[in-house]
Amino acid sequence: MTTGSTGGDGLLLEVAGLEALLAALRRHGYGLVGPRVRDGAVVYDTLGSVADLPAGWTDEQEAGRYRLVRRNDAALFGFGLGPHSWKRFLFPPSTVLWHARRADGGFEVVAETPPAAPLALVGVRPCELAALAVQDRVLLGGPWADPDYRARREALFVVAVHCTRPGATCFCASLGTGPRAPSGFDLALTEIPRPDGPAFLLETGTAAGEALAAEVPCRPASDAERREAESAVAAAAGAMGRALDPQAARGALGTAWESPRWEAVARRCLACGNCTLVCPTCFCSTVEDTSDLAGETAARTRRWDTCFGVGFSYVHGGSVRTSVAARYRQWITHKLATWHEQFGTCGCVGCGRCITWCPAGIDITEEARAVAGRSAGRGAS
Amino acid sequence: MPRAPSPRRNGRKPRLAVFKLASCDGCQLTLLDCEDELLAIAGRVEVAYFPEASRAMRRGPYDIALVEGSVTTPHDAERILGIRKSAGILVSLGACATAGGIQALRNFADVGAYVSAVYATPEYVTTLAQSTPVAQHVRVDFELRGCPIAKDQLLELLTALLAGRRPALPTGSVCQECKRRGAVCVMVARGTPCLGPVTQAGCGALCPAFDRGCFGCFGPMESPNAASLGARWEALGVARADVARAFRTFNAGAPAFRAASEAYEREADR
Ligand code: SF4
Ligand code: SF4
Ligand code: SF4
Ligand code: SF4
Repeated sequence: MTTGSTGGDGLLLEVAGLEALLAALRRHGYGLVGPRVRDGAVVYDTLGSVADLPAGWTDEQEAGRYRLVRRNDAALFGFGLGPHSWKRFLFPPSTVLWHARRADGGFEVVAETPPAAPLALVGVRPCELAALAVQDRVLLGGPWADPDYRARREALFVVAVHCTRPGATCFCASLGTGPRAPSGFDLALTEIPRPDGPAFLLETGTAAGEALAAEVPCRPASDAERREAESAVAAAAGAMGRALDPQAARGALGTAWESPRWEAVARRCLACGNCTLVCPTCFCSTVEDTSDLAGETAARTRRWDTCFGVGFSYVHGGSVRTSVAARYRQWITHKLATWHEQFGTCGCVGCGRCITWCPAGIDITEEARAVAGRSAGRGAS
Repeated sequence: MPRAPSPRRNGRKPRLAVFKLASCDGCQLTLLDCEDELLAIAGRVEVAYFPEASRAMRRGPYDIALVEGSVTTPHDAERILGIRKSAGILVSLGACATAGGIQALRNFADVGAYVSAVYATPEYVTTLAQSTPVAQHVRVDFELRGCPIAKDQLLELLTALLAGRRPALPTGSVCQECKRRGAVCVMVARGTPCLGPVTQAGCGALCPAFDRGCFGCFGPMESPNAASLGARWEALGVARADVARAFRTFNAGAPAFRAASEAYEREADR
C-alpha cells in the first residue's frame, strides 16, 4: 500500500484508510459530522471515528414510514437518507443574528461571534450536494449574501458518498441530481461491499481533497474495482422507488391554481410542517425578538419556519393562506415550478425525505402527477 | 394587543396577582420553578396577590393577573368576573384555564351521578354541570397552554409584557419543535401514535425527544386536522375507542379535540 498517490480518480481505500482520512481531517482542524444511528434512525451528528458510522445498518422507507433494519454485511454507507439534512449545520434551526445591550441613552449592537471550528461533512449524498448548490443560490446569490451561512459554507470540507443503495422514496435519478455526484465535493467515495468489510473507491474533487488524499494510505484502484463501483452506482439509478417528471410538473403546477386536488390533499395534510423542515432546500425562516427580564439586553434570533403555518403568510390584518389547501399548493408549486423563475433551478432534488417523514404519508411525486392529470404510477391514496 | 403595563407607572412597579380556580396548582408552581429568574421577577413587579406562595393578599387593581384553573362552581363563575374587573391584563394559565382541564371530562357525563357516587353528603356540594375555560366567562388577553405550562413561555410572556413588546408564543405544531431539536419522529420511525401534528408547540417536543408520542397537553394547534391524524393512528393499529380516549385528556374540552373524541366515540360504537 502506498501513501499519497494522487493518481487522478481511482484510488482504493480500505476501512483503515477511511479511519486515517477522518484523523487527517481532525488534524487539519475540522470538526467531523456524519451519519450515525440514534433513536431508531440514521441521523447526522458529531463523529469520533469510523466506529460511529452505521456499520451493517440499512432502512426500509415508504410514505410516512421508516424502519432501521440490519444488512447482512458491514457496509458503512448502505442506508438511505434519514430525517436530518446538512442544512442543520449550515443553516441551523436557530441562529442568534445579533444582541443588543442598553448603553447610556440608547443601545449598542453586539456582533455575533462567527461559528467556531470549520466542519467536515462525511457521507454527503449526491442529492444533498445538489441541495447545497440550491441553498448556495438562495442564500449567497443575489445582492445580499447571508453572512452566517457564508462563514459556515466557506469553511466546509465535503466527503461525498455516491449512492449504491437508494431508498424506496428516492427519485434523484429522474431529476438528474444523483445517484452519482459530478462535482461539488472535495473527496468522494463509492462503497464496494465485501464480506470482510467494505472498501472504497476514492475520487478527488478539489486541490484540498487531493492534498488530504495524499496523507492517507491508499493505492490505485484496479480496473475491475473501478468497474464494480461504477456498476453499483448505475444499478442504483435503476432502483429508485419514485420518479418525477420535472418538466411536466413545472408546466402543470404553473397553471393548476384551481385543481380539485388541493382540497383532496388538504383533507389528509396535517399542516404540521414536517415536509419543509426535513427538506434540504427549504430555507424559510422567521425572526424572533426577545429581551431579558431586567430589560438590559435584547436579541434577534432566526429560526426555521414553515409555509404550512398560518402566521407564515401574515400581512397587516391577517394571513393570506388561511386554508391548508392553499398552503400545500404554495409549497409544491414553489418547489417544482416557481422556484425555477425565482432561482433558476428546481427547488426539489429528489431526496424523498418529505415523503418518508410526512406523518400523513403524502407523496410529492404522486401529488404532482395527480395535479398534472396523469394516472398515479404507484401507491394511490 | 392590550396595552402593556409600563415598568414603573407613576414611579411604582407593575402589580402582579396569581389566582387559582379549579386546578392542581401545577401551573402556578411553574412560577416558583423559575428559581434563577425569581429574584429578577420580584425586582420588576410587586407580587400583590399570590396566596399559594406568599402572604401577599393585597387588593386590586392589578396590572397583570395570572389565572390558573377552570370554572366549575357558581362561586368561581362569580369570582372570575371580579378578577377581570381588577386586572389590566388577564392571562389564563394552562389546560384548565384555557380548555377546562381534565375535569372537563364531566362535560361528557352526568355530573350529578359523579357527585352522588363520590361524596357521602352530595347535598353539600355545589358544582356546575360543565368545566369551562376562563375565556368562556371573561375576555382573556393572553393564554399559556400546557399541562403544566412551560416555564420558558411564562418567562417570555412576563418579559414581553414588562418590555411592552409582543410575546413570542408559537401556535403551530409540536412537530416543528420536534424537527428543530433534531428528534427522530416516533410515529414514522417506530409506529408510535403521536398527537404532535395536531398539538400546539410550546413544550419543545419533550415527549418525542424521550421516545414517547405526544399526549396533546398543549391543546389544539392553529389548524388541527384531527380526522387525518385519527386515520393515521387507525392505520397504526389503534382502536377507534382509543383514538377517542387520546383526544379526551387534559384538553378534552378544547373544541377541536372535543369534536374529534365525539366523532371517534360515535364511530367506535358502530
Ligand atoms: S404534507 Fe405531510 S409533512 Fe407536510 S404539512 Fe402536510 S402532513 Fe405535514
Ligand atoms: S421537496 Fe421533498 S424530495 Fe424534494 S428535496 Fe425537499 S424533501 Fe427532498
Ligand atoms: S414525533 Fe410526533 S411531534 Fe415529532 S414529528 Fe413525529 S408526529 Fe410530529
Ligand atoms: S410532547 Fe405533547 S404530551 Fe409531551 S409535553 Fe409536549 S405537548 Fe405535552
